[in-house]
Amino acid sequence: MVAVPAVEVAPVAAAAGPAPSMKSESRGLSFYYGSFQALKNISMPIYEKKVTALIGPSGCGKSTYLRCFNRMHDLYPGNRYEGQIMLYPDNTNVLNPVVDPIEVRMRISMVFQKPNPFPKSIYENVAYGLRVRGARARAQLDEKVEEALRGAALWEEVKNRLSDLAFNLSGGQQQRLCIARALATNPEILLFDEPTSALDPIATASIEQLIAELKEKVTILIVTHNMQQAARVSDYTAYMYLGELIEFDATDTIFIKPKNKQTEDYITGRFG
Amino acid sequence: MKQTDILEIRALIVSHKRWDVAFGIVGLLSLMVGVLTFAALFVDMALDGAGRLSLDFFTSFPSRKPGQAGILSAWVGSTLVMIVTAAAAVPLGVGAGVYLEEYAPRNWMTDLIEINVTNLAGVPSIIYGLLALGLFVYGLGLGQSILTAGLTLALLILPVVIVATREAIRSIPAAIREGAYALGATKWQVTSNHILPYSLAGILTGVIIGMARAIGETAPVITIGALTFIAFLPAAPLTGDPPAGLFDWILSPFTVMPIQMFNWTSRPEAAFHQNAAAAGLVLVVMTLSMNALAIYIRYRLRRKIKW
Repeated sequence: MVAVPAVEVAPVAAAAGPAPSMKSESRGLSFYYGSFQALKNISMPIYEKKVTALIGPSGCGKSTYLRCFNRMHDLYPGNRYEGQIMLYPDNTNVLNPVVDPIEVRMRISMVFQKPNPFPKSIYENVAYGLRVRGARARAQLDEKVEEALRGAALWEEVKNRLSDLAFNLSGGQQQRLCIARALATNPEILLFDEPTSALDPIATASIEQLIAELKEKVTILIVTHNMQQAARVSDYTAYMYLGELIEFDATDTIFIKPKNKQTEDYITGRFG
Repeated sequence: MKQTDILEIRALIVSHKRWDVAFGIVGLLSLMVGVLTFAALFVDMALDGAGRLSLDFFTSFPSRKPGQAGILSAWVGSTLVMIVTAAAAVPLGVGAGVYLEEYAPRNWMTDLIEINVTNLAGVPSIIYGLLALGLFVYGLGLGQSILTAGLTLALLILPVVIVATREAIRSIPAAIREGAYALGATKWQVTSNHILPYSLAGILTGVIIGMARAIGETAPVITIGALTFIAFLPAAPLTGDPPAGLFDWILSPFTVMPIQMFNWTSRPEAAFHQNAAAAGLVLVVMTLSMNALAIYIRYRLRRKIKW
């Protein structure tokens, strides 16, 4: 089960300043859908309060990789993990079968590709994560909901209609609502699975700006099929291809002088 | 493009479009066979029976004199049986449907159960009657009562409720379910906070459609020994000596609308046939109003939900 990392990840000095600390790390992570191996021996750090982008062509396994972090694959039968995803500072292996996936999901939140608000009110959408944790006190819920909506830059737009159905919001607002929902429980890591692929350019810009603000508070891992987006929002970028991690480095390095020929071909549009 | 080519294309389109028209006509005719047959039967029955409809018809017991006979015991019986049916079929059917969709592991055992549930919907209703006669009437000693009839019809519509529940649950997008799980919800939290509320419209529709079928069932109710002539009502609910007496009504003998109709149609006097037509009219209206209620509920609850 102990796998040798395929790619040696040298400690990366992001721009200037002190090296960031590691919030999480995958070690020799492989993943199987039944007998199909979708991820091959991926080892890579996730730095604290930084944005790490996963890029690569369709089917390269970037979403599959992301969904390992909150054990989303446990919802479906026949899926199997190998290797580890460590969560620091407590050294919890997220993939350890004795670790309850619910505990993992309470620490690591996720925002999906298409906005997926519940058919409930705006307020109840944001409050749901808190309710799952047993929160009942109205005052406390109110406060947390407002904080999360402010965090997602949505408060000013919805503060007078918190009891409206979430479906009445625009697509971009719905996605920010989903971000607020994920933020309300103060997660340690926020996973974004192509969060803007269903949105128009203006809504996309507002989500990207939001991501830039959020990294002050939370570690972010984002899957994107849009290279420009990765370049704009991320501090680190991982290029994946056919289930393998081809290259991981500071985003500037990946986009300006990638070490790997394959990465370069993809970045420059000769491939992908 | 040359003029002749264009003309050729146009000729081709015209000849292809003939099939559109032809199929449209065939489809319309097929539809009309069903709709008009039902309409003709309904109108015929309405013409026969409408004359007998009056308040007295609803408040009188059956009688040997056709002019004085009414459907009081039948509609009360049908209503009470339906209450028992719903009380039994809804929790069992919804529970089974939710379990199969959300909890059951995906393996051959579950597949087998699924196939059987679907097959159950095709079992002739008389078989359910025989089963109930053996199990409820004699085995459990529930007698030829409202309880027995309600449970029997509940069994009969159980597959309908289960299938409707599963369909309703399946129409909830995976993204919604994943969204809830991603926030750390347990299976039960996802089921009770999301799956059940969002599938309520579909479930209720299925339940009502099932009940509309059950209310017209005759064979199983006759098999368990419902009376064909009954001139008293069950004890009114909640009037007996508490606690057990409150449910006296549930063990009392009864009749239901279709049996009352059957009884009247098998009599020689033409006046009784009029009564049967009138009772049939009431039964059809009951069934159609249940269907209308199902449509209304679906409309009301779905307004909030757009996937």
